Amino acid sequence: MTPENRQTVVVAMSGGVDSSVAAALLLEQGYRVIGVMLRLWSEPGREDSNRCCTPDAMAQARRVAAKLGFPFYPLDARQAFKNRVVSYFLDGYAQGVTPNPCLVCNRHIRWGMLFDYALSLGADFMATGHYARLRRDDTGRVQLLRGVDQAKDQSYVLHVLQQEQLQRALFPVGEYTKPEVRQIAQRFGLLVAQRPDSQDLCFLAGDDYRDFLLRHQPQVASPGPILTRQGELLGEHRGLAFYTIGQRKGLGIAAPQPLYVLEKDIARNALVVGSEDELGSSALLASEVNWLDGSPPPGAFQAAVKIRYKAADAPAEVTPMPGRRAAVRFQQPLRDITPGQAAVFYQGERVLGGGIIQSLHIEERV
Amino acid sequence: MNRADPVYMDYAATTPVDERVVAAMLPYFSQDFGNPSSIHRLGQRAEAAVENAREQAAAVLNCRPDEVIFTSCGSESDNLALRGAAFAARQQRGARHLLVSPVEHHAVSHTALQLQQLHGFELEWLPVDEHGRVDPGEVARRLRPDTALVSVIYANNEIGTLNPLAEIGALCRQAGVPLHSDAVQAAAYLPLDVQALQVDLLALGAHKFYGPKGVGALYVRKGTPLLPAQTGGGQEFGLRAGTSNVPYIVGLAEALRIAAQERPARTAHVQPLRDRLVGGLLEAIPEARLTGHPVQRLPNHASFVFRGVDGNALLTMLDAAGFAVSSGSACKTGSPEPSEVLLALGLPKEWALGSLRVTLGASNTPAQIEALLDALPQLVQQARQLAAR
Repeated sequence: MTPENRQTVVVAMSGGVDSSVAAALLLEQGYRVIGVMLRLWSEPGREDSNRCCTPDAMAQARRVAAKLGFPFYPLDARQAFKNRVVSYFLDGYAQGVTPNPCLVCNRHIRWGMLFDYALSLGADFMATGHYARLRRDDTGRVQLLRGVDQAKDQSYVLHVLQQEQLQRALFPVGEYTKPEVRQIAQRFGLLVAQRPDSQDLCFLAGDDYRDFLLRHQPQVASPGPILTRQGELLGEHRGLAFYTIGQRKGLGIAAPQPLYVLEKDIARNALVVGSEDELGSSALLASEVNWLDGSPPPGAFQAAVKIRYKAADAPAEVTPMPGRRAAVRFQQPLRDITPGQAAVFYQGERVLGGGIIQSLHIEERV
Repeated sequence: MNRADPVYMDYAATTPVDERVVAAMLPYFSQDFGNPSSIHRLGQRAEAAVENAREQAAAVLNCRPDEVIFTSCGSESDNLALRGAAFAARQQRGARHLLVSPVEHHAVSHTALQLQQLHGFELEWLPVDEHGRVDPGEVARRLRPDTALVSVIYANNEIGTLNPLAEIGALCRQAGVPLHSDAVQAAAYLPLDVQALQVDLLALGAHKFYGPKGVGALYVRKGTPLLPAQTGGGQEFGLRAGTSNVPYIVGLAEALRIAAQERPARTAHVQPLRDRLVGGLLEAIPEARLTGHPVQRLPNHASFVFRGVDGNALLTMLDAAGFAVSSGSACKTGSPEPSEVLLALGLPKEWALGSLRVTLGASNTPAQIEALLDALPQLVQQARQLAAR
């Protein structure tokens, strides 16, 4: 790029090494860089512990911007984050599922509010420090690929993006491994804090999600029966929100063989338990499916499916269905398919789409 | 910066140091570096520089040199005035009542709040009209025998409104109560004759009038009871301990001298630009208002509110578009709260959050004003769309 036709990119900063290196790489590639950091919601009094946007993290991002020489602005997203993301999290648990609020944040906050803000600043692109890659195909569509570093790959949480966003997205660190990213940080003299990677939700501020739920959604502590598949009453649970599928410990039932949480029966507020060999399902129904190409493939296809952010690929057949849904049939049963989490469909490196796991049954009327 | 620096229109935040001021300061860093308190000749030369600066400042203020106290900034001057006068008034006459305008800089209002919360003073806020102006009649009604101090800002930093200091000063003098005024914003453009203004304490900060950051001054009328806020050595007549910051004091005095001398020319430069900006902007943008007094305001100062706009978002867009301007209050953490001053004017929150302050100075040109007027309507519209999401 010559100075005259330099393109502008807004980099979503977090104060961490990945987004800092993303900004440095883009500057080196000749982009005009603007740093923006989202200020997200924290519980009043716990602002200093929010994993993503403490005052410390903001000061860190500001120092990186000053050191590399690009402007930096905070964007207040606290109200929107609380309305969209925290309420989604609370509602999900109230409805008996295990929601993944990061997906909603990516869709509505990072690639919604911040994306609009970037465009209004005159940006041609928006970049983040996610480990994922993009490739433009012959028709001009942009494909989403896994990051080079398979252990760090974050394409799972990006499956919610649409072509409108992908066309203007850049993921510079997805081309590198994490150790390489650290080396690049050193090369640019970026002394960004080595914060431990965490899968905790940013707004939990290190808190247990159950305590957070009790403070904000006390009605989740709604006891009900613990039943076997055959309907035998084994005891009482504290509220479905406090259990996860596949969980063995903490059921508070003395039984001859270990019992596992098989299912949450929301209609009856019942926790269904059983033995290890009853655990697992070979199918799931996903809703709110997003197809990265903008439309579903013409028919059923073979895919590798991830049912959680850190889950291994599971081979399956995916059948697109009307109403933005998809049926997934696995070759082997999986033990921990969890309604509320996303199922993301891959072919090789490429993300084809994904949706929210609705149920473990596809036989129900569709 | 990624590209050329933006057009600077934020002179109320700070100003570049005048080259003549830099030249006056330079000898006192490494050449005449002595401590003014030292007995030897190097010390004497430094002392002479400080005392010369004091005379220079006194000439502008129309006061005696020993009524000028050098400090580290405008905020320190305000702190010394409020704490010093409040504690002295309580010590000497048991006075505990503070009468303070609601449009003060935080250096005054937060100090007054601390005097109330930690030191047992009774704090009373003066009312202001919709332009942020204090009515002298309201001061007269509220003055009491036990009033320790009245504080009214000369020209407000956010909305530019001027206060009728001379009338308020005359009332305070009649009641035997000292009047303090923060003149930090006023100093670049308004007369600073403390006899005409009838103030007893007046705070200045050099970097608002093309002087350096890190130096300020407080005028203290002879006979005004004042206790030091910073104790230690006997510098500054025992009112402000600490080795004198010789080069910066010289810089303040030189900048103040130039400001007084060039005041008519500077006003003649900025005022027509400001008037064109205000007229053009209010014409081009719907649901926009001028804040502060339409006439009784700083000649370089234009401030607005836009309904349904996040002021910080607008500032960011303006910076990206190449204009360095400001909102009501500086916030760098992305947590917009409406400014207390704008709320004191009775503005609803959906207006008060969308504030914009454009303050002009030596470098600005008519072409820059037109460029800002060209860019703003579109940016305000975009900011409105963002805020409506």
